[in-house]
Amino acid sequence: MNSPRVAKHPIILDIQGASCAGCVAKIEKSLKAVPGVTSAEMNFADRTATIEGDVASETIIDAITQAGYGAKESENESEADTLAEKEAADAQYYQQLMRNVVVSLSIGVPLMIYGLFIGEMSVTTSMERLVWGIIGFLTLATMVLAGRSFYIGAWKAFRTHSANMDTLIALGTGTAWLYSIAVVSAPSLFPEIARHIYFEATTMIIGLINLGLALEVKARGRTSEAIKRLIGLQPKTARVIRGDEEVDIPIDDVVIGDKLRVRPGEKIAVDGRVVEGHSSIDESMLTGEPVPVVKAIGDEIIAGTLNKSGSLLYGATRVGMHTALSQIIASVKKAQNSKPPIGRLADKISEYFVPAIMIIAIVSALIWANFGPEPNIAFVIISATTVLIIACPCALGLATPMSVMVGMGKAAEAGVLIRNGEALQTASQITAMVLDKTGTITEGKPDVTDILPVSDLDKSDLLAVVASLETGSEHPLAEAIIEAAKAQDLSLEKVTDFHAHSGQGVSGKVGGKTVLLGNASFMNHNEIDISAQVDVAQSLASQAKTPMFIAINNQFTGIVAVADPIKSDSKLAIQRLQAQGMKVIMLTGDNSATAKAVAAQVGIDQYHAEVMPEDKLAHIESLQMAGEIVGMTGDGINDAPALAKANVGFAIGTGTDIAIESADITLMRGSLHGLADAVAVSKATLKNIKQNLLGAFIYNVAGIPIAAGILYPIFGILLSPIIAGGAMAFSSLTVVTNANRLRLFKAQQH
Amino acid sequence: MILINLAGFVLIGLIVWWFWLYRPVASVSSAKQTIKVADGIYTPAHIKIPAGKPTTLNFLREDKAPCSEMLLVPDLGISVSLPINKAIAIEIPASPAGSYAFHCQMKMYRGDITVE
Repeated sequence: MNSPRVAKHPIILDIQGASCAGCVAKIEKSLKAVPGVTSAEMNFADRTATIEGDVASETIIDAITQAGYGAKESENESEADTLAEKEAADAQYYQQLMRNVVVSLSIGVPLMIYGLFIGEMSVTTSMERLVWGIIGFLTLATMVLAGRSFYIGAWKAFRTHSANMDTLIALGTGTAWLYSIAVVSAPSLFPEIARHIYFEATTMIIGLINLGLALEVKARGRTSEAIKRLIGLQPKTARVIRGDEEVDIPIDDVVIGDKLRVRPGEKIAVDGRVVEGHSSIDESMLTGEPVPVVKAIGDEIIAGTLNKSGSLLYGATRVGMHTALSQIIASVKKAQNSKPPIGRLADKISEYFVPAIMIIAIVSALIWANFGPEPNIAFVIISATTVLIIACPCALGLATPMSVMVGMGKAAEAGVLIRNGEALQTASQITAMVLDKTGTITEGKPDVTDILPVSDLDKSDLLAVVASLETGSEHPLAEAIIEAAKAQDLSLEKVTDFHAHSGQGVSGKVGGKTVLLGNASFMNHNEIDISAQVDVAQSLASQAKTPMFIAINNQFTGIVAVADPIKSDSKLAIQRLQAQGMKVIMLTGDNSATAKAVAAQVGIDQYHAEVMPEDKLAHIESLQMAGEIVGMTGDGINDAPALAKANVGFAIGTGTDIAIESADITLMRGSLHGLADAVAVSKATLKNIKQNLLGAFIYNVAGIPIAAGILYPIFGILLSPIIAGGAMAFSSLTVVTNANRLRLFKAQQH
Repeated sequence: MILINLAGFVLIGLIVWWFWLYRPVASVSSAKQTIKVADGIYTPAHIKIPAGKPTTLNFLREDKAPCSEMLLVPDLGISVSLPINKAIAIEIPASPAGSYAFHCQMKMYRGDITVE
């Protein structure tokens, strides 16, 4: 416990025993009664209380205890600490396993060499009995020293009616040892040719399995490299402005509202907003976007990204576990632990695996006992032991999670956040990719390109009227028009009676006049004659501009055209998607001429124009009816229903604005290359999982019958239990190693 | 020989009964049940909690084997990485009656929560 301290910033406590919402009021009341507390708020959802004021945390904990609840200081443990702890534990476990390997192999290897090249491992003379008795005792010592965990684990599992890896190892090695010790103790009970000793098998198996586990611990460490890199992005200290000074403080002590300084070449410490300075920032580590982003006053910056050129002063907006980086880490960790449906069969098998293997071992032993050649008791023991040892549920169980772990990490490196295993698997199977136009293929930041009055109003008067109307709207096109008016310093009037007609246009009253702004069908609907300018509008549209008709007091008064520039790399990224075997389809609310122009420029031949937001759903449904597996890419806000309806929804993000929960897959950079990367990484991961599962299935399906002696009648081959032990230990290592190959996957960013 | 065969079949029968057919009785959980993860199993492995009420279960992992690291309750969407030697509280949301399995990633460590 820390020494009592006076809080400069909020104290956060974990509250225990608050079981109902009613407790909240009681706790808050008792907190506010503590002298020095200026504010106290309890969050019932996560059972924490945040207390501000000039008071020691111990005093507050006492107050809560007196109110009948429990409290302790919230351990806002950093990811880096947790990771370091885990690595230390892994390293310690590795050491322990390697010690076991040395102990057991130092007895097993000489025994095996003796058995193979020097003498008979059997008991005939009383001298041999004595020597083997001593070795039997040494083997038992090895089992206790190096294999203890297997026997304890097997026994504990047995008591709870479950069986695991330990059960198989304990039974296999135990059978071999018990048989051998029985031969040594009472050789006369066994025919002379059956007096074989298997102490070398017991020690070698224990040694090899420990070795396999040790190597697996090492290999597993590498599977979490991507998350380690993300955690490593978080700086440990921040330079905070305190009065006139800049002081370095631990990152955990930064609170919202602090002013921080970042110099060129340093990492941003917490999420914030620039209040002074101008610089370019490398966000590639988070978004995968290779080009540095220019940031100026008012722009948001993200913790973990690298400040390249200028010195910035910024205010902290999100700290601790709320920063985008922390949330990305949390989301990747969560995803890494989820399983795609492809792994379900292996899961089901794992559940029944161990007892099934025990039954197979007994059946095989019975077959040898009934039909085997003399000395059949020896064959019974070898086949049963070998079956128990060779079977490896681990390889099967690890096949999926290991690949998912590496694959999700690889995706995160490319700026792709995949929500769960299911999304990963479905993304690899997409046959039709639907792209929203605005903000996905295009920049989503339209500019006014043409103002064409047809009445006596001049351009700026017309723009002023339209911009005034659009102040009521939140549409991206509205923003462009307002921006254009502001750029010309036009004064805007108030709009009343504003109505947005979804997918059509907007209407309202400006300066007492009724103003309509919208597409041709909106004008037709309001019986306004625009026939004189239809050609003009069409020629604008064919240049990928969006023309909007203006009517004042039901009189057609002009056209304003807005164009949304196509992202520079959209065409290349779409080509990549098409090369991956997907149909690429564009949906847009824009008129068909504009849509056609955009589609042609990026190489899409299937598009639907003038699609109302609610119709996007229907388009996706009809594709699904036609048997397509549909991916939908949009901005995550306007397209939310369509994203949810699609088999996989991709939300295209813009750096800080990470709508992780809104879509199956979040692309942190605006480029469509992220989309192609997401599909590529999913395909690569699924391929890897399939290799692993296939390998593990074949290994078990082929290995178990061979161990049972199926090759013996024809070829006279019976596997040695030692080989089985080695095969088992290395089969799961193979799975982890194959999963690690995924680390070589490279997102083809341009 | 007949005896050996008989013994074999009895053994198979016992395995089927002990591992597959036997239904263990769940231990009733207090609000602050601690489940130990050690030696390849969860203790206790069968938990009973009331329906329609959120419950906290503490998991304390003493097992160093990497297999024991993950705790999954798939039906409740819970997936947590357990630190070694440090109890971690898992919030079980108010859930309808039923049986919810919890296990490691490979389903070698297994347990269940009976909500009733």
